[in-house]
Amino acid sequence: MRLRHLFAVVMLSGIYSLLSAGIFVQLDAVDVAFTEAAVGAGITTILMLGTLALTTDTERPPVKRQWLPLVVVLATGAALIYGTLDLPLLGDPNAPANLHVAPRYIEQSGQEVGVPNIVTSVLASYRGYDTLGEVTVIFTAGIGVMVLLGGTRRRKRKKNRP
Amino acid sequence: MRHHLVLRVVAKLLIPFILIFGLYVQFHGDYGPGGGFQAGVIFAAGFILYGLIFGLDKVQKVAPPAWIRVLVAAGVLLFAGVGVAGMLLGGNYLDYGVLRHDPVHGQHLGILLIEFGVGTTVAAVMITIFYNFAGRGREDR
Repeated sequence: MRLRHLFAVVMLSGIYSLLSAGIFVQLDAVDVAFTEAAVGAGITTILMLGTLALTTDTERPPVKRQWLPLVVVLATGAALIYGTLDLPLLGDPNAPANLHVAPRYIEQSGQEVGVPNIVTSVLASYRGYDTLGEVTVIFTAGIGVMVLLGGTRRRKRKKNRP
Repeated sequence: MRHHLVLRVVAKLLIPFILIFGLYVQFHGDYGPGGGFQAGVIFAAGFILYGLIFGLDKVQKVAPPAWIRVLVAAGVLLFAGVGVAGMLLGGNYLDYGVLRHDPVHGQHLGILLIEFGVGTTVAAVMITIFYNFAGRGREDR
């Protein structure tokens, strides 16, 4: 399916996000589904629509056909699908991810942290550094958007000065 | 959007529930699914919905951009500050066990505080990004 009308593309990607939120609910990852539904389907769609309002909502037809990007995408996709063949099955108790630190989190976090939701105790306590880093990434993203898009007012003031 | 009566009424009905749900996800994150990230985006979604339906000026009256900008930094500082507080009380950085006499209570307090920091920063950053995108076109005019 090919679309040049970017409004429809944004709407389709929002619908795709909402559907993947449904998949996350099926996989018992309700907290990821929250984020996907709120950010992927909600806020991102609004920001994309805002971008379309600032720029244009139709894609310019390409000057000539470019085959190299298609080849790169197909090769990467094939490599990733080949990689999934070696992955352990979903929920396999003998998967490496379930043998390393997961048993300790499940057995000990009740006494060590005392929070019934193990995901929260892993995120906030055992992996506190990770979470601090993630928050810093979001903080940096916010600062970046402010620097890139919020600069109009100052430029205007400078113009008015002389 | 000013003439869409149905949208305005439904948004007005929904927004209090979105905000309450955001707070629930924030402070019930210890017991149920959720936490600071999820709560932050849900809370921000409430504000963004209000901004979409009633206009940027109205939502900026409720949540002034300067305050939101302060909150962006305050959340990260709260998170990092809890870590420093743990160091001052004799533990490692981000070790919440020393915040109270009982390590488990200390963990509870630390997790509550840092999740609040996460939620504050995430919500404030989302609202700021929305303000910047929505306010971009109008200043040039």
